Amino acid sequence: MGPRTRLAAILMMTALPMEASAGEIWVTNEKDDNISVIDTERLEVVRTIPTGERPRGITFNADHSRVYICASDSDTVQVMDPETGKILHELPSGEDPEQFVLAPDDRHLWIANEDNAVTTVVDVETRQVVAQIDVGIEPEGMAISPDGKIAITTSETTNMAHWIDTATHKVFANTLVDSRPRHAEFTKGGRELWVSSEIGGTVTVFNVADQSEKGKIRFAIKGVNADLIQPVGFEFTPDGKTAFVALGPANHVAVVNAETLEVEDYILVGRRVWHLAFSPDHSRLFTTNGVSGDVTVVDVATREPLKSIKVGRFPWGAATRP
Amino acid sequence: MRKACMRGAGRACLLAAAWVAALGTAAFGTNASAEIAISLTYLRQEVEAPPVLSNLDPVPEDLGIAGAEVALTDTKTTGRFLGHLYSLDVVSVAPGGDLAGAAKTALAAASFLLLDAPANDILKIADLPEAAGKLIFNVASGERRLRDGDCRANLLHTIPEDAMRADALMQVLKARRWTRTALIVGPKPQDRAFADTLRASAVKFGVAILAEKEWTFNTDLRRAAGQEIPLFTQDFPDHHVLLVADEADDFARYVEHNTWLPRPVAGSDGLRSEGWAPVLEQWAAVQLQNRFEKAAKREMRSRDYAAWTALRTVGEAVTRTGSADPAALRGYILSNAFGLDGFKGRTLTYRQWNGQLRQPMAVVNARALVELAPLDGYLHQTNEMDTLGLDRPESACKAFGG
Repeated sequence: MGPRTRLAAILMMTALPMEASAGEIWVTNEKDDNISVIDTERLEVVRTIPTGERPRGITFNADHSRVYICASDSDTVQVMDPETGKILHELPSGEDPEQFVLAPDDRHLWIANEDNAVTTVVDVETRQVVAQIDVGIEPEGMAISPDGKIAITTSETTNMAHWIDTATHKVFANTLVDSRPRHAEFTKGGRELWVSSEIGGTVTVFNVADQSEKGKIRFAIKGVNADLIQPVGFEFTPDGKTAFVALGPANHVAVVNAETLEVEDYILVGRRVWHLAFSPDHSRLFTTNGVSGDVTVVDVATREPLKSIKVGRFPWGAATRP
Repeated sequence: MRKACMRGAGRACLLAAAWVAALGTAAFGTNASAEIAISLTYLRQEVEAPPVLSNLDPVPEDLGIAGAEVALTDTKTTGRFLGHLYSLDVVSVAPGGDLAGAAKTALAAASFLLLDAPANDILKIADLPEAAGKLIFNVASGERRLRDGDCRANLLHTIPEDAMRADALMQVLKARRWTRTALIVGPKPQDRAFADTLRASAVKFGVAILAEKEWTFNTDLRRAAGQEIPLFTQDFPDHHVLLVADEADDFARYVEHNTWLPRPVAGSDGLRSEGWAPVLEQWAAVQLQNRFEKAAKREMRSRDYAAWTALRTVGEAVTRTGSADPAALRGYILSNAFGLDGFKGRTLTYRQWNGQLRQPMAVVNARALVELAPLDGYLHQTNEMDTLGLDRPESACKAFGG
């Protein structure tokens, strides 16, 4: 998107607040070493930006002036200027960074090092490693509480959520979840933690106060073998009442009532759906479909798929840029 | 010598486990739970490998054992957070050695046996009085009878049944519509057994074996393959694929690209079906490959994977139940609650009628995964993976209450 269209989009957003506001979804293509940028209005790829090897996790900083990319096979986190697409510098990330989360202080990046069984904390200003914390085998999912006090790493082979005190960098609790935990998110203002288990086929909901299990979400889709229902990424609506859960090779996204933990709906998307991101106004949801190499656009209100957008090979992560 | 050395390594493992557990409580702030100890033994009957034509791919000394050791490391990491202490002893019996004696000693010390031995020996050990109530994993033999009339209640199988390999291959041939085949059968008993399995599987999936020939050569094919194989294959009727049954890995490698008709080879060479193969990379397999290669300094094979899944099965069951009692763990492993992450894209479970680990099969060539079976479209009333190998109605196994 050029500066002129951006300006136009902003003007339109001001004039017509009910319209879907223009923005971008940045999608990392794991096997193409690049990012596809999708315009959320035009629903097409408007830019393709090269990255390091095997880009997976992607996140913007608070004011969206920087984008951080896990370049897993380059063993680095790249810092990019989203305007120019230029790599500004690289951060020491530890080996094989897969996913990360930026702390609410906008300064500390918490990185899961998949091949190394550690979580690395990097200060993005000094570009120094602040701490490395031993966790289970194949750490993957990373989350941080809204108050910044608790960080979570999930480990895929150890099948645990490791609860880390961000002040001391010490693990203070380990809670078992079902096989191959992939993604973790705090919700309800930090009172709940949700963890998806890809092979177990469940999402476990924890009470953060005492790390007790509050409930477990199970999925069933007619005509799909239970073992192909593999929850990975998930996102909450801004009111926290609804969660959209990507179900991997089941090729569906589940719509979950976050109060009752009941599944309300299943939306058919592309093949092997991994992660999701909302348009800036949350009216549309974009899913990365690894095997079909595309992104499905879902209308959030009607819960209907609108369109498939071809991106690169094995789209993995997705992040929203207003 | 090797036996003593490996026993020594086993003791080192025990010490390491105790050390990690101490570290665990000190450094990782484990959730309080009672400490339990889980002892496993990898027991191997060494067999004389028959001489083969090529020197290219020697059988690794630590085949299978390396898989168990990587699984031990993976499992200990979970154990250190929970106060579960795992130890693995490795015992390797020389050809002609006293396997039963070694088994008795092992079963006195450990509740869980990873057994790497021919089918006859597996049955002898499973039937020892000392083995009653223990849990044995067959990590080596694909013979049907162990999953059929000769099954045992204390015996689970993580190595795929031979028919699972053959069925996976036939699914691929059928899906490609390469249904006209010819078959070369090697002279060894295991070659004939695999040929029988291929024939049964071909019937099951509607693949025709139009002609068969026995392999009778005793020349050095490394020099003569270009002259001998075209003549040998010249009188086959036209076919899509040439099947080769050469389980000793003797001559099959010299068949492809030397045939009278330009046809792909499948079975013991060319397009093969395996429980595990170095070309697997999807479904996070590359991470297991990396861990294995770092530890063993070689690529992971099917028997390594069988040992890995066996030890991981015990670990997963201990993690979920908090028990080290083999009867309780067996009950859990065979229940619907059990599921193992096997890096092959689907949850691994055990067949409740014969104790076989239900798993996808990798149909591969030397450079890539061709298909992961079961293929789309092969439907089954309970689980699509049960289109591979002995299904419940076919199995004569009664030891599991079926």
